[in-house]
Amino acid sequence: MNAVAAVVRTVEATPWVMPTLDYTLLAPVLIVLGAGVVSVLFEAFLPRSARRPAQLTLVFLSLIAALIAVINLQGSRGTAGVGALAIDGPGLILQGTVVVIAILGALLMAERGLDPNGDAFAARASSLPGSEDERQFTARGYFQTEIWAFFLFAVGGMMLFPVANDLLMMFVALEVMSLPLYLLAGMARRRRLLSQEAALKYFVLGAFSSAFFLYGAALLYGFSGSISFPEIATALSAKTGETGLVLVAIALVVAGLLFKIGAVPFHQWVPDVYQGAPTPVTGFMAAAVKVAAFGALLRLLYVALGGLRWDWSPMLWVIAALTMLVGAILALTQTDIKRMIAYSSIAQAGFILVGVIAASPAGLAGSIFYVIAYSFTTIGVFAIISMVRDKNGEATHLSKWAGLGRTSPFIASLFAIFMLALAGIPLTSGFIGKFSVFTAAMSAGDNWLVIIAVVASLVAAFFYMRVVVLMFFSEPTEATATVEIPSVFTTIALAAGATVTVLLGIFPQPLLDLILNAGVFVR
Amino acid sequence: MNSFPWLTVLGLVPLVGSIVVALLPKSKPALAKQLAFAISLAVLALVVVIALQFDGSTSAPFQFVEFHDWIPAFGVTYSLGVDGIGLVLIALSAVLVPITILAGWNDVEEPNTESVGSVKGYFALILALETLMIGVFAATDVFLFYVFFEAMLIPVYFMIGRYGGVQRSYAAMKFLIYSLVGGLFMLAAMIGLFVASAQILGKGTFNWFALVGLNIDPTTQKFLFLGFFFAFAIKAPLWPFHTWLPDAAGASKPGTAVLLIGVLDKVGTFGMLRYCLPIFPSASDFYAPIIIALAVIGIFYGAFVALGQNDLKRLFAYSSMSHFGFIILGIFVFTSIGISGSTVYMVAHGLSTAALFLTAGFLMQRRNGSSLLSDYSGVNKPAPVLAGFFLFAALSSLALPGLVSFVGEFMVLLGTFQRYMWVGGLATLGIVITAAYVLRVYQKSMTGPVGNGLEGVKDLNGREITVLVPIVLLTIFLGLYPAPVLNVVNPAVDTVMTVIGATNPEPTVGLSSTTSEGAQQ
Repeated sequence: MNAVAAVVRTVEATPWVMPTLDYTLLAPVLIVLGAGVVSVLFEAFLPRSARRPAQLTLVFLSLIAALIAVINLQGSRGTAGVGALAIDGPGLILQGTVVVIAILGALLMAERGLDPNGDAFAARASSLPGSEDERQFTARGYFQTEIWAFFLFAVGGMMLFPVANDLLMMFVALEVMSLPLYLLAGMARRRRLLSQEAALKYFVLGAFSSAFFLYGAALLYGFSGSISFPEIATALSAKTGETGLVLVAIALVVAGLLFKIGAVPFHQWVPDVYQGAPTPVTGFMAAAVKVAAFGALLRLLYVALGGLRWDWSPMLWVIAALTMLVGAILALTQTDIKRMIAYSSIAQAGFILVGVIAASPAGLAGSIFYVIAYSFTTIGVFAIISMVRDKNGEATHLSKWAGLGRTSPFIASLFAIFMLALAGIPLTSGFIGKFSVFTAAMSAGDNWLVIIAVVASLVAAFFYMRVVVLMFFSEPTEATATVEIPSVFTTIALAAGATVTVLLGIFPQPLLDLILNAGVFVR
Repeated sequence: MNSFPWLTVLGLVPLVGSIVVALLPKSKPALAKQLAFAISLAVLALVVVIALQFDGSTSAPFQFVEFHDWIPAFGVTYSLGVDGIGLVLIALSAVLVPITILAGWNDVEEPNTESVGSVKGYFALILALETLMIGVFAATDVFLFYVFFEAMLIPVYFMIGRYGGVQRSYAAMKFLIYSLVGGLFMLAAMIGLFVASAQILGKGTFNWFALVGLNIDPTTQKFLFLGFFFAFAIKAPLWPFHTWLPDAAGASKPGTAVLLIGVLDKVGTFGMLRYCLPIFPSASDFYAPIIIALAVIGIFYGAFVALGQNDLKRLFAYSSMSHFGFIILGIFVFTSIGISGSTVYMVAHGLSTAALFLTAGFLMQRRNGSSLLSDYSGVNKPAPVLAGFFLFAALSSLALPGLVSFVGEFMVLLGTFQRYMWVGGLATLGIVITAAYVLRVYQKSMTGPVGNGLEGVKDLNGREITVLVPIVLLTIFLGLYPAPVLNVVNPAVDTVMTVIGATNPEPTVGLSSTTSEGAQQ
């Protein structure tokens, strides 16, 4: 991909100069994408019994190596890949978060202890649902391991997304991230039709949004004569009077990113995909895509379009308000826990947008803190959802959660902590997150947006607490699900989610320091 | 100042106790109760130690001060300290918690058809709540206060929702949502305060000492005041923000109701006194007439509704609402006597509420938990001791001279007369209605022919009497000799008066002339 960007740039700039690439700056992404390629080869050439252990080893080793590479870059500030990538403090923090969340997501995906018949994925995604073919594959345990290759490519795309410093790189990252996710969403082993429908919906709408992004990118290029963010910013400040077409361009580009974030009115895919996708994938996607996409949105708005703040902020103001309110209100009516969390994630995206709109260092830091806190809580939420089961697999209907506080007090308490965190109750990470974005917004003078956010928080608190009411204040019934004991994989992910949620609520300062010391985006 | 972190230790003891109690095996409910009781007594002992060291004469109103950075990025500190008002309310909590635990000894039994929680869970929640109550009264950082203020909702929510009566789930949710409405608007106002302080000081702060005397411009003050006041008015509760209280009290166990109304609701009035008045003096002045009007309406509304109630727990909730009208009135007349009186009234109301709810609770337990007034009559024949305590609780509620509630009510009315004679006169009429409904309850339930099924009612046992005697003794002692409370409260009240720039109107009534002089600077 760097080659692609480099080619485009060298076509503009004559004469031809051999680009110099600093491979240490690219190392985190290259490790993960390289592991993705190796993972494809594993699936093709290793004997069946060796595939899963080999894939898991590869995935975890490469992710840990990538994390070390990211930490190693700490303090770097500059561009890489001939300006296509910006390696700076906020970018590295987001990249590191993506890797950590990917490790936790991989732990969820690797889980096989919850279901006697295997993991959450179809043995072979290409076999027809309900066919003899499918039955045979499952019965003989012929599981394909291509999910891991998809997973690694998606992670690679997510790591590129927040550091992409030009429009083309951002588009490539968007696609590298999204295409494997579309496929992963369709690979559930149970309720396969629902899962495949979700995947198709995600793909079609996602393709639409990519087209929006690309069209907007073309217009921006036409206006500024460059695809690089800093140069776009320069062009925008130089030609101030001629912004008519630029506004259309901004609207299109931003819409493409808002789709990935799940902001209203680009949110229709969220509930279906969250519900249909295999739960570990939903958890990984819900957490990591938010981190990557908010990183990209922040960089685009702050670096390339920072000069037009007064043009885009009213638009985002309306979108943030709508996202918070629509997400929170629609979540009230849900009866399926995965759909409810899906709408909740829409509302949460709105809260993060409140910080984005502030367009200040405090807004940047607040949004990053919020999205990190949110992603860990989300991993924990989906870890528990994957554990609550009845004889038909995961019991996602809310009525089956009644009385869980009596039958499994520990897990129910953890889930209650996650709900309190999402509702923004003090002593959880969610409260500090809300506090930091609200403070940033109010410092920027967006008082009314904060008031709307407060009202939306209240509505949201109602449906989060409804789950707590169900679990703790109701008697268990015949239909109440049981909490299956997971293997060490899910246990680690759950423990990490819960620990971070509580620790960031009580001692947020170390992470805040890290974010604040990272400074702002490089220009 | 001594450097030993008394307040932190005081808060940690019940917290650690709560965790230990929660970790006990489910098969030993008796051990959980005993341990919880012992811990609450230890906390009470600690409070006594602290109170004895408290120097009421010193010019520094805040003592046992602790100060550490917590979240420097937001100017948040972990800072604690108590003035006389905070100390008195911490003492009230520390007294009421062991009483509640002992009174609720057999309230949650396993298996229980009504509630879904375990025995140890209830007692662990009470102890966790005690930590938060201490924190909320000891915090001198607005952010820290808010954290305790909101976190307090969670144990109460579970205490109502898991251990309450038929309507528990509904009542718990209503309680939570009402409180969150207030809390979230307070959050917005708190952030606004932070931003305003950043504009004035250059760097935002939540430190109470830095925020007091910060001359925020009056328009901003008016908005921020509303955010804070709204939260406190719901908690207190002030008319018309009170509708959650009767439901919550009606669905709670008596012990829960005592902590909820006796202590938690005081956080509302305490918050007005600690935060609204000193930080937003000009806005307090601006809104005072409206708030006084609402408080007077509350006095009458609560009293009239109580007059027509047939459900004992709801009746006491409405009566509390009427009493809270007096407390809020005393705060917002801005006179030394009024504010001192309000503080005394908070203590008095805590004690009388405990007496009423617990005696009524003991009575209800003897009749399958029915809280309907019409189910009871002539109890004083089979259970004279119970009836006697009930009469005492009733008299304490109607502020009989010689009891501490009289001191509070009298001082509030005196303070009100100094400033607004007509309001004082009107509020005094409220006392008459109070007497009417309190005596009506006593007459209906305790006197007359013995009601059906009440012939064999057992009188109070040793544990129940042990619970009530300390309340009775305190009520009488402080009624005859309120100096221990007034001595520590008055300097704190003077500070409040100085900060808000209020002076006592002339001619000052000579009840506490030293106090008035201190305030007239």
